Amino acid sequence: MPFITASAAQERHYDVIVIGSGAAGGQSAYTLTMEGVKVLMLEAGRRYTPEHETPMFQTAYTAPLREASTPDKPFGFYDATIDGGWQVPGEPYTSASDDPTRQFWWWRPRMLGGRTNHWGRIALRNGHYDFKPHSRDGLGRDWPIGYEEVAPYYDRVERLIGVYGANDGLENTPNSPPGVLMAPPKPRVGELLVQKGSRSLGVPFVAMHRAVMTERLDHERLPALLHPGNATAQRIIKADMQNRAACFFATPCGRGCSIRATYQSTTVHLPPALATGHLDILCDAMVREVVQGKNGKATGVRFIDKITGKEHHAQARAIVLAAGACESVRILLNSDSVRSGGLANSSGLVGRYIMDTVGAGLYGQVPRLESLPAHNEDGAGGEHLYAPWWLYGKDNVAKLGFARGYHIEFSTGRRAPEMDVAGGLEVLTHGSYGARFKADVRRYYGSFVGFAGRGEMIPNDDCYCEIDPQVKDHWGIPVLRFHWRWSDHETRQAAHMQKTFADIVQNLGGRVLSKVAADGKQAIEPGGKIIHEVGGTVMGANAHNSVTNQWGQTWDIPNLFVTDGGTFCSNADKNPTLTIMALAWRASDHLVSLMKRKEI
Amino acid sequence: MTKAEHSPRFDRRTTIKWMLAAAASMRLRAATAAQPENSGPLHHNGPAHGYGTDPNLQTPYSPGMLWPLTLNPTQRRCATALSDVIIPADPYSPSASSVGVVDFIDEWISAPYPEQVTDRAIVIPGLAWIDAEAQRRYGHDFAALDASGQDAICKDICYQPEASAQFQQGAAFFARFRDLTAGGFYTSPAGTKDLGYIGNMPLAKFDGPPFEVLKQAGLA
Repeated sequence: MPFITASAAQERHYDVIVIGSGAAGGQSAYTLTMEGVKVLMLEAGRRYTPEHETPMFQTAYTAPLREASTPDKPFGFYDATIDGGWQVPGEPYTSASDDPTRQFWWWRPRMLGGRTNHWGRIALRNGHYDFKPHSRDGLGRDWPIGYEEVAPYYDRVERLIGVYGANDGLENTPNSPPGVLMAPPKPRVGELLVQKGSRSLGVPFVAMHRAVMTERLDHERLPALLHPGNATAQRIIKADMQNRAACFFATPCGRGCSIRATYQSTTVHLPPALATGHLDILCDAMVREVVQGKNGKATGVRFIDKITGKEHHAQARAIVLAAGACESVRILLNSDSVRSGGLANSSGLVGRYIMDTVGAGLYGQVPRLESLPAHNEDGAGGEHLYAPWWLYGKDNVAKLGFARGYHIEFSTGRRAPEMDVAGGLEVLTHGSYGARFKADVRRYYGSFVGFAGRGEMIPNDDCYCEIDPQVKDHWGIPVLRFHWRWSDHETRQAAHMQKTFADIVQNLGGRVLSKVAADGKQAIEPGGKIIHEVGGTVMGANAHNSVTNQWGQTWDIPNLFVTDGGTFCSNADKNPTLTIMALAWRASDHLVSLMKRKEI
Repeated sequence: MTKAEHSPRFDRRTTIKWMLAAAASMRLRAATAAQPENSGPLHHNGPAHGYGTDPNLQTPYSPGMLWPLTLNPTQRRCATALSDVIIPADPYSPSASSVGVVDFIDEWISAPYPEQVTDRAIVIPGLAWIDAEAQRRYGHDFAALDASGQDAICKDICYQPEASAQFQQGAAFFARFRDLTAGGFYTSPAGTKDLGYIGNMPLAKFDGPPFEVLKQAGLA
């Protein structure tokens, strides 16, 4: 029962409907079907088959515009995003403000597997502090769970997907248990230079954690750890693990990975879930609303078959929203309800406390990286090193001017040439051309370093989304309207990022090539630009101050769950994907136990 | 603006220059840090004249396949000569025009996307300007000049911060044309080889930098 039609989906009765197929939907469907639960997955985009569609070894030479980014393909021609971007044709959203600094950029892909096909593969655990931020500094919200509750699920997810990294034991940067992480790739020369040059600044660069397999998964040992007591699940995942290859240190991860060496929902979660025989997937299904029965429970969903334009209805004992934080909000707010203001919204908090990641960058050039002998620096695609936040302290607001912190991602090296490989060199070459220009390009190639800070935003009352009272999308579904405002905590943090990066570049004897903004408002990226949006259906300890409980189960409707980033109470600097998967696994385990006890 | 989205026709706002983009056209290469500049909340992905949001990624493309090209024979002659002044053949690699850079530039300035439309408005008048300048100085088009004549003009426009007022327009054009020429050249197989990029090759293991690299960088 794999890929089906809308009519077939309408005729069958499922245990659970999972809306969305990315990190949350993939993990939810995986966990549920491995436990024998019959699942219908609805995906608003088209079917996508990475094994056949990934442009692995294609070079810029064979792409239109040499692979440059365009509005049609914002991350470049070969990026694994289909029908997606900060704008999706036919699916608008609106901003409440004309002020660009108060607008939210909403990224959506429309493809099976969602953004997990192109994501950066950075897989960091939240630490102890990150679940109890309010207790530490009085700002934002605490989670109703702590690191201890989530840690076993981090272990499981890391074992399932394959993550390289090291246990460095740094503050609020948890180790994984021995044997869970795969060996990190050796650092590139530029990474080593930055690591060395940052020591005197107190900035520690250690192995990055990325969902890229540097070795094969141990198919003999891992299945029993992932699915204790479940022989069927162990057999299925054991077979599937043998079909995943280790990284061969070539081809950009953002294009996707046809050899299944990195985590994508489509290469890691969905194949074994389909192998259980318990998963039906319907693509091109745009969900309009969750349907509520007279008894107050959710009975199913109404969706539009984008191929025919016809509306259909599918039924199940439970519904899992995994459409992405804001899309799940939209579905809830558009759903009929005996209460006003949308489904599962007795708290009035659906759509509230949307967060993104604080982002700022800086660009530099390092003479010691000039004219190096040719060598292959592709490595594992992305970063081999990063710097976790290194200035934890309770009086940071007084000392630094902002609460919380950021980690540093950075990029160096002799990467595959793209359009800008020799662009804008005048600042170094004073306008050379001819044979001298060619010599200059050889000299400077690989000598640039780009830093990107990724920091924690504190949820605030001015960042939320709601249904636009007038605007509808191509299918007649009301769209979201966003409200946004960074606080001083975020903008000051962005300024701190640029200052730190400039210090590092100067420490290396390098040249800072981009502007260091004194005012963080000039440094910070727009909300949503980092594509780490979470919140909107926050979890909490009670029905008054939150939308769901600690398992993503909505307080109002016990058979309606949210397993995407919507339930996040805070958005630590750690990229959210690993935590989304850990929480989705945990929520799905809870749902299975409720179903087994016939409580759902 | 706020409610512009529900109208069937959407304006594309010109490129927003956020901070990262302030590093001119230099690149920030981390996949996680890639920062597209041109699709904010009030832009729409636009008309279907480009390759669309779900193009075939397996087939190889070449200039002229997706949209009609622009340059006429006069403009092509000028672009060919200028790109070869910027990237001439040397012992390491061939000239720009011999690896299709003029065709590429034609594809670029003919594309329907905002950045390329902007470049079209720089390149077409720029080619006309440089031919007019060659006529003014020597009575011939740029392509017909000998190397010293071409060099004399390029010297005056190769570095905008030091170009005199009368050459500012030419210098702005030259800077962009050099970037496009270099982009086209170094993404070609010959240019990639010249750079010494030797990746995109499956490896059984990744050894990190060789000793001589570490030594030269002062790390060994």
